[in-house]
Amino acid sequence: MMGYLSVSLQPRAVNVDLQTDATLQVDISDALSERDKVKFTVHTKSTLPNFKQSEFSVVRQHEEFIWLHDSFVENEDYAGYIIPPAPPRPDFDASREKLQKLGEGEGSMTKEEFTKMKQELEAEYLAIFKKTVAMHEVFLCRVAAHPVLRKDLNFHVFLEYNQDLSVRGKNKKEKLEDFFKNVVKSADGVLVAGVKDVDDFFEHEKTFLLEYHNRVKDASAKSDRMIRSHKNAADDINRIASFFLKVSELFEKTRVSTLLRWLCFVLFHLIPAQVKVEQLLMTDVSSHLLQKIEARVAADEDLKLADLLKYYLRESQAAKDLLYRRGRALVDYENANKALDKARAKNRDVLQAETSQQLCCHKFEKISESAKQELIDFKTRRVAAFRKNLVELAELELKHAKGNLQLLQSCLSVLKGDT
Amino acid sequence: REASVPQFGREQSGPASLPAEDVSTNSNGPKQDSLFDDDPEDLFAEATEEVSLDSPERDVLLSDGPSPAITPITPPTSVITPRIESLTVPVSLQIEEEEGGDSFDIHIAVSDPEKVGEFSGTFWHLRDKQDSSGTSLSVFKQGEFSVKRRFSDFLGLHSKLASKYLHVGYIVPPAPEKSIVGMTKVKVGKEDQSSNEFVEKRRSALERYLMRTVKHPVLLKDPDVLQFLESSELPRAVSTQALSSAGLLRMVNKAADAVNKMTIKMNESDAWFEEKQQQFENLDIQLRKLHASVESLVCHRKELSVNTALFAKSAAMLGNSEDHTALSRALSQLAEVEEKIDQLHQDQANADFYLFSELLGDYVRLITAVKGVFDHRMKTWQKWQDSQMLLQKKREAEAKLQFTNKPDKLQQAKDEIKELEGKVQQGERDFEQISKTIRKEVSRFEKERVKDFKSVIIKYLESLVQTQQQLIKYWEAFLPEAKAIS
Repeated sequence: MMGYLSVSLQPRAVNVDLQTDATLQVDISDALSERDKVKFTVHTKSTLPNFKQSEFSVVRQHEEFIWLHDSFVENEDYAGYIIPPAPPRPDFDASREKLQKLGEGEGSMTKEEFTKMKQELEAEYLAIFKKTVAMHEVFLCRVAAHPVLRKDLNFHVFLEYNQDLSVRGKNKKEKLEDFFKNVVKSADGVLVAGVKDVDDFFEHEKTFLLEYHNRVKDASAKSDRMIRSHKNAADDINRIASFFLKVSELFEKTRVSTLLRWLCFVLFHLIPAQVKVEQLLMTDVSSHLLQKIEARVAADEDLKLADLLKYYLRESQAAKDLLYRRGRALVDYENANKALDKARAKNRDVLQAETSQQLCCHKFEKISESAKQELIDFKTRRVAAFRKNLVELAELELKHAKGNLQLLQSCLSVLKGDT
Repeated sequence: REASVPQFGREQSGPASLPAEDVSTNSNGPKQDSLFDDDPEDLFAEATEEVSLDSPERDVLLSDGPSPAITPITPPTSVITPRIESLTVPVSLQIEEEEGGDSFDIHIAVSDPEKVGEFSGTFWHLRDKQDSSGTSLSVFKQGEFSVKRRFSDFLGLHSKLASKYLHVGYIVPPAPEKSIVGMTKVKVGKEDQSSNEFVEKRRSALERYLMRTVKHPVLLKDPDVLQFLESSELPRAVSTQALSSAGLLRMVNKAADAVNKMTIKMNESDAWFEEKQQQFENLDIQLRKLHASVESLVCHRKELSVNTALFAKSAAMLGNSEDHTALSRALSQLAEVEEKIDQLHQDQANADFYLFSELLGDYVRLITAVKGVFDHRMKTWQKWQDSQMLLQKKREAEAKLQFTNKPDKLQQAKDEIKELEGKVQQGERDFEQISKTIRKEVSRFEKERVKDFKSVIIKYLESLVQTQQQLIKYWEAFLPEAKAIS
C-alpha cells in the first residue's frame, strides 16, 4: 500500500540555530521512501575550491550517514569536539504495521471508515517521514557549520561522490563488538568521572551535564507518554465523531441531524494531533458562519517539544562523550606523569616516558582548549533552540486555541439561536 | 411553550383535561390500569418486567474499564437541570446516608427550572421532613416537601409502572441499574474516589430517571408515582432484589419473551411501524458503539491528565538543573502551565463523562424500552390473531355440531363463540390502541430526544469553550517568559 513516498522539501533547521554560511550550504532537497529504505538527496552549494562544482547533489542512505558519524567519532583529531549526534534510523515499522492491519481489516468496516483511517495513517506516515528527513538534514548542517568538521575529507566525499559509498551496515559480529565497546566505555566513563578536575569550569560542566542529561531523558520519556495519551484521546474523538455522523444520518431531516452534524464538525476540528475536516459536513450548515478551514496534517504542537527534548538528549550525550574523552586524556596524562617520575627515579626508559608524557600533555591540552569552546557553544545553541521552540510552541497553542474558540462560539450561537 | 397545569384530583378515575402536549391520554391511565389488573386472562401481567435490570449491555458497562489512576473527581458544579414546563409543583427529595457518614443534602426538584434534583441510594434512609409552602394549582398535596427513598424503591416504582404501561405502548423510562460491586463497596464504607464517583453517578442517574418519569404526562398522574413522590411511608419493594426468586423469574420470562418474539411473524400493514422499528434497531447499535467510545475517551483523558502531570514535574526538574537563568525560569513556567492543563484535562474528562457518557447510557436503555414497546404491540397483535383463529376453529366446530343432535353442546359452542367474538373485537381494539399510543409516544420521545441532546450538546460545547479560554490564558501568560530567554 505504501509503496513509496516522495516528498520535496525546503531547507530548514529544525532544532538548531545555525548561521547560514555561503561558503558551504547543505540541505536535503528530496527524499524517497521505498519498501525498506529511504533515499535522501543531499544537495550542496559551496564556494570552496576543493569541490569540483559549485552546486551538486548526491543520493545517500541512512547507513552512509552513520558511517560518516562514526568516522568522526573514531578520529582522534576530533576528540576535543562535540560530534553532532547521528540521526536516528528511519523507523516506519509501527506505521507500516498499522497500514497492514488496516488492509487486512478492510472487509470489516465501511468504505468511509476505511478511507478515513487510511488518510490518517498516511498522514501519520508522512509526518514520521518528514521528521526523519529533518533529523538527517540537521546532522549535515551541524557538520557544515562546524569550523573544523566541515573540512573533513570524509565529509566532502560524502557530499560529492556520486556513486554508492559501498558502506554496508554493521554485521552481527561488528554489532557485538560495538556492544562490548560501549560496556567498557561506560565502565571507564564512571571511573574517569570520578577523577576530580582541577579546572572549575570543567568540574562544573561535568556535574551539570550528568544531571541535565538524566533530566532531559526523563522529560523526553514523559512527553512521549503524554503524546500517546493525547493520541488515544484523539482517536476516540475521531471514532465518536464518526458515530455521531452515523447517528445523525439516522435522524435524517430532523433537527437532531443538524445538531449532530455541528457536533461532528466541532469534534473533527478539535482533534489535537490531526485535523481534518469532512467536507460533507459543510453542506447543510450556513456557510457565512464558517470560514474555510484548511485541512491541517499533523499540526503537532506536542511533537515539537518532544522532538526538541529528544534532540537534546542526543546532544547532551555527545557533550558527555566529549567530557569523557577529556577525562580519559587527563587520566592518561596523569598516568604518564607518574610513569615519568618512576622512570626518572629508576633512571630507565626516561626518554620514552618523556615523549609519552609530552604526547599525553599535548593531547590533553588540545582537547581541553577546544572542549571549553565547544561546551560554551553547546550552551548557546541549546538556549537558543529552546527559546525558539518554546516560543513557537506557545504561539502555536495560542493559534490553535483561538481558532477552536472561534469555531465553538459560532457553533454555540447557531445552536442557541435555533428554536 | 405554554405551561399548562393538569387538573387532577386523585379521587377521579380519569383526567379531566390535559396539557397542551400532543399526547392525548384520555382513555389511558387508571382506568386501563384496573382493567389489566382484573383481567385474569391477561397473559402479559407477569411477563412485562423491567427490561433494563438484566440487560446484556449492563454487563459490559459494569465490568469497569481500567481506571488507571484515582483522580479526584469533583461532582459537576453545574448539575443538569432538565425542565418540565407542564408542572408547577415543586417536590424535593432529601436523602441521608445510613451509617452516619456524610449526609448528602441534595434537593431534587421536579419542578420549574431552577430547582435541582437529587436522589437516594438503596442504603439511604428516608427521613420525614415536610415543608409545606402554599402553592395552589398543585397536583400534589403540598407545595414542597421531601421524602427519602431507597434505591430499591426507585426500582419498585419502575417495576410497577412497567407492568402497568409498557404493554399498552407507553415508553416507561428505565430505572438506573443495579451494581452489586459498586453497592458493596459503598456499604462496606469504603471511602475512596471510585466509591464517591459511584455515588455521584448513581445520584445523577436517579435524578434523570425521576425527571424523565415525571415529564411523561401520563406517568406523572399515576398514583404510584404520586405516592412515591409524596408519601412518607412506602411499602418496601421486595421483588427487586437482583438475586431473588422474583429476579430469576424475570430472567426466565425474559428468555421466553425473546423466543416468542422470534416466532411471531407479524404481517405489518403499517409502513410507519416497520420503518420506525428499523430505525430504532439501527439507532440502538450506533448508540451502543458510541457509548463505548465515549467511555473509552473518558478513560484516555484521565490517563492524559496523569501523564501531563508527570510531564509537568519532569519539566520542573529540567528547569531546576538548567543553568541558564532565563531558560530555567521559562522551563519552570512551562511546568506550571502543564500542571494547569492537566487539571483542565481532568475537568474535561468529567464533562465528557457526566454530560455524554451518562446521557448515552440512558438512551441505550431508553431505546431498549422503546423496542420493548414495539414488541408488546406484536404480542398484542398475536393475541388478537390467536383469538381470531380460536374463533375460527370454534365456528367450524359449531358448524359441525349443527349436524349432530346435541343441543346443549351446541348452545355451549354458541356461547363460547359469542365470548370469543367479544375477545376478538377487544383484541382488535387493543391492537389499534397500542398502535395509536405508540405513535404518540414515539413522536413525544423524538421531541424529548431533540431537547435532551440539544441541551447536552450546548453544555458540552460550553465546557469546551471554557477549556479553550483557559488554555489561551495560560499560554498567553507563558509566551513573554519564553520570549524573555536570551
